[in-house]
Amino acid sequence: MEIGKKIKAGDIRAASRLIRDIEDSIPEAKFTIKHIFPYTGKAQVVGITGSPGAGKSTLVDGLVEANRKRNRTVGVLAVDPTSPFTGGATLGDRIRMQRHAEDPGVFIRSLATRGSLGGLSKAVGDAIHVMDAMGKDIILVETVGTGQQEVEIINYAHTVIVVLVPGMGDEIQAIKAGIMEIADIFVVNKSDREGAGKLQRELMAMLDMSPVAAGGWRPPIVTIGNSFKPEEFEQDIGKLSARIHEHYEFLVSSDLIGDRLRRKTMHELNEALRSSILEPVLNMLVSTGELDRMVEKLLKKESDPCSLAEEVARKYLQECI
Amino acid sequence: MSERKLRVMVAKPGLDGHDRGARVLARCFRDAGFEVIYTGCHQTPAQIASSAIQEDVDLVGLSCLSGAHRYLFPQVVKLLQENGAGDITVIGGGIIPDQDCQKLYDAGIKAIFTPGTPLDVIVDWIKKNVKPLE
Ligand SMILES: Nc1nc2c(ncn2[C@@H]2O[C@H](COP(=O)(O)OP(=O)(O)O)[C@@H](O)[C@H]2O)c(=O)[nH]1
Ligand SMILES: [Mg+2]
Repeated sequence: MEIGKKIKAGDIRAASRLIRDIEDSIPEAKFTIKHIFPYTGKAQVVGITGSPGAGKSTLVDGLVEANRKRNRTVGVLAVDPTSPFTGGATLGDRIRMQRHAEDPGVFIRSLATRGSLGGLSKAVGDAIHVMDAMGKDIILVETVGTGQQEVEIINYAHTVIVVLVPGMGDEIQAIKAGIMEIADIFVVNKSDREGAGKLQRELMAMLDMSPVAAGGWRPPIVTIGNSFKPEEFEQDIGKLSARIHEHYEFLVSSDLIGDRLRRKTMHELNEALRSSILEPVLNMLVSTGELDRMVEKLLKKESDPCSLAEEVARKYLQECI
Repeated sequence: MSERKLRVMVAKPGLDGHDRGARVLARCFRDAGFEVIYTGCHQTPAQIASSAIQEDVDLVGLSCLSGAHRYLFPQVVKLLQENGAGDITVIGGGIIPDQDCQKLYDAGIKAIFTPGTPLDVIVDWIKKNVKPLE
């Protein structure tokens, strides 16, 4: 398995192409993923979520720097939305991270959502595997940040950072979107702005009212000042790095890391089942014209979706029914 | 079902900070259905080449208004080749005098578009000359 070997040796070109093949659903890519799977599971995965413009990419850039100072190799997966109208995408997260472009210990790869909801790309799970198998010590995943239902990151990350900014009405929106519950760490970003203290107090009040999470972890709130003042920014990022490290240690010492791993594995199996069972059946229904005939039946009220689905299941999934 | 998508990078090497043109180009590529990685201004050829490899793009579009294209554009091509990525197509745009164009072609730049070129001409060129992966 030539590509697998290259990936394990850290070959960026081969890795990026494999990620592309996964994004493009090229069947051979699955074989390579199978091959490298045993070499995954070592990297620490950190998710960064929050509204567009909250400063996620800038934070990622800071975290890359902090990790490189400690000699840790870094992978970055930065997700931006695909335009539903043209299928194209502008991937601009990299702009904030270009000072690391030439560092061989840093691999930054942008991903487009390609229609997948939840703030990530369908390829993100396998892309994490690829960077993991390359031997990256830490993988930073930046989500799209459109807010709604952007909770899928918990299926991939050990630690989820939710980034909020004063004066953006973020707090209420985030609560609505159910994004508060997924935070292991809160960042109050651009805290040089007015309203930072208020936002912090509101967050604390909210945490006081929330039930204590499993293992007793209370999400810390890290305030980060102005990224345009490098020294201050670096210090603040240092604090954030320390909290990330603490959370990881907490997961390990409380054995909650097992739960996270289980959740991650379940999710992955779910996705794999979906693509191995549902997709081939759907493809066949499409190519034989059966799907169209079923839709016709429904339009004429000759049947209902549930009965038709059961019929299909009886035909193709005998063992289960 | 598998579907290949073109990935392109728009980069601005050199010292001038006017990236309006580059942004317009990035947007136009997105509207053409490409995935566009935009790296911003003040990029060195080394940053551009290594970003292009990390992002696995099919094409790099360089935009330069400062006159430094004579050195910067060929340097990007050279670095891509040295790093096993000579198959990535490089095109350039900006204020480039006629007498420089031939030298740039000789250095491996595949196309040069001067200011005022309609954007769909550039998109058409890409669609015709950059084949999606197998
Ligand atoms: N005032 C202020 N602006 C910031 C700070 N961090 C980032 N920004 C700016 O906020 C904008 C969005 O930043 P970006 O990191 O791309 O946000 P993202 O969309 O969440 O990834 C950019 O114009 C940054 O320069 C900060 O600490 N203070
Ligand atoms: Mg961003």
